[in-house]
Amino acid sequence: MGLEARNLSFQYDNGNRKILNNVSMYLDGKDRLGLMAPSGFGKTTFCKILAGYEKPDSGKVLVDGKPIASFRGYCPVQMIWQHPELSVNPRLKMKETIKEGRRVERRVLEGLGIETSWLNRYPGELSGGELQRFCIARALGEGTRFLLADEASAMLDLITQSQIWNFLLEEVKMRGIGLLVVSHSEPLVARVCNRKMNLEKNLS
Amino acid sequence: MRIGRQRNRRFAALCLAVGAVAALALITVAGGLWGERALETDFSMKNLPPSFRYPFGTDWMGRDLFVRTVAGLSLSIRIGVLTAAASAAIAFVLGLTASLGKGADTVVSCLTDLVMGIPHMLLLILVSFAVGKGFWGVVAGISLTHWASLARLLRAEALQLKESQYVKVARKLGKSPVYVAVKHMTPHLIPQLLVGTVLLFPHAVLHEASITFLGFGLSPEQPAIGIILSEGMKYLVMGKWWLALFPGALLALAVILFQAIASAASSMVDPGQAHS
Repeated sequence: MGLEARNLSFQYDNGNRKILNNVSMYLDGKDRLGLMAPSGFGKTTFCKILAGYEKPDSGKVLVDGKPIASFRGYCPVQMIWQHPELSVNPRLKMKETIKEGRRVERRVLEGLGIETSWLNRYPGELSGGELQRFCIARALGEGTRFLLADEASAMLDLITQSQIWNFLLEEVKMRGIGLLVVSHSEPLVARVCNRKMNLEKNLS
Repeated sequence: MRIGRQRNRRFAALCLAVGAVAALALITVAGGLWGERALETDFSMKNLPPSFRYPFGTDWMGRDLFVRTVAGLSLSIRIGVLTAAASAAIAFVLGLTASLGKGADTVVSCLTDLVMGIPHMLLLILVSFAVGKGFWGVVAGISLTHWASLARLLRAEALQLKESQYVKVARKLGKSPVYVAVKHMTPHLIPQLLVGTVLLFPHAVLHEASITFLGFGLSPEQPAIGIILSEGMKYLVMGKWWLALFPGALLALAVILFQAIASAASSMVDPGQAHS
């Protein structure tokens, strides 16, 4: 039982080439899958389809055998976006933003190194790395069963990266959350993931 | 040092807003109290130029133009505030409603196009006449006709916000369209709404004047700025310049004060400017 992508194909409306062609993938709660491909090969698009932000032209996304679109309310597949500054409302204080994640535990905030004083700030008063921790925490609410990290650590320095990945690995192992790691960084994928997948090879 | 200066700028904006509100409130209250005096006629004192006793001069019926202007401005401010606020409220609710779904958006768009398609004055006269003219006729007429362009603006903004990443994320976190509209969109729309309301105010006052001029609004003896100006117009060619100059200048001043309130308020609402 897990997150399954079955023969996904996708093409943006602007008439560019087919960005995903017959891609299939399977992720269960114990998996940590690394997704690699050069820029422009549809890594983010793939994540958006898996998390239900986009509908594929053909193929299916199934969670425990049920189509992703059938989940009303909290989506069990949560995605951490590459650009945290676009993922938070600039006019809401961070404590409001974090409240949107379903019952995010204090332990998660502490594990990600979020300081209490940040909660009363607006996004404009935090750095990209600090914002990304909030985005990760928000995605780790109660109902999350699969986490898609789309270049989630690209804007962090190495020490922070390792701190956050250590925490994330522990957290997903403990809660049985399936993790999809999208990254350009070969060493990161080698260190974090137990499986690897390359989108490039799926291109016709 | 820097913190001190930042506080000062916000403080200055606050002072400006408070001062402007106080001035407008003073005019409104004074005008309300002078309602009777503004109607007093004295034919021995007609068409006097400005003097110490009559700072704005008198009109052709010997009425004190200063008292009349303040009373008129008071009435105009009351009508302007009431109608601008009502129109803005309608526009705000409709703008947010448009973000709730495709069907809601279609209804809002059609309603907006419908009201915008009918000439302002025509609809205004119809509504005012139907309600029974007078103060409430004007208020209802202006409120029900002036929301359309602001509603269209707010709708466009709301639809744009709907496509933003953080709104999409919130939806995936199980938040309802109503939650998104209230929590995510409202803070973005408030500055727009404030500015829109202020821009509506002169519009409302001028339309109040024109509908009154046409005879479908306030009764002609009531000291509204529109009536004073339209009456003054007839005497302008005869060299009675004070009849139009002072009431017009005071109306402009009232509009400027509203502008000051709005810019101060929006600079304090906007977190992007929270530090300046």
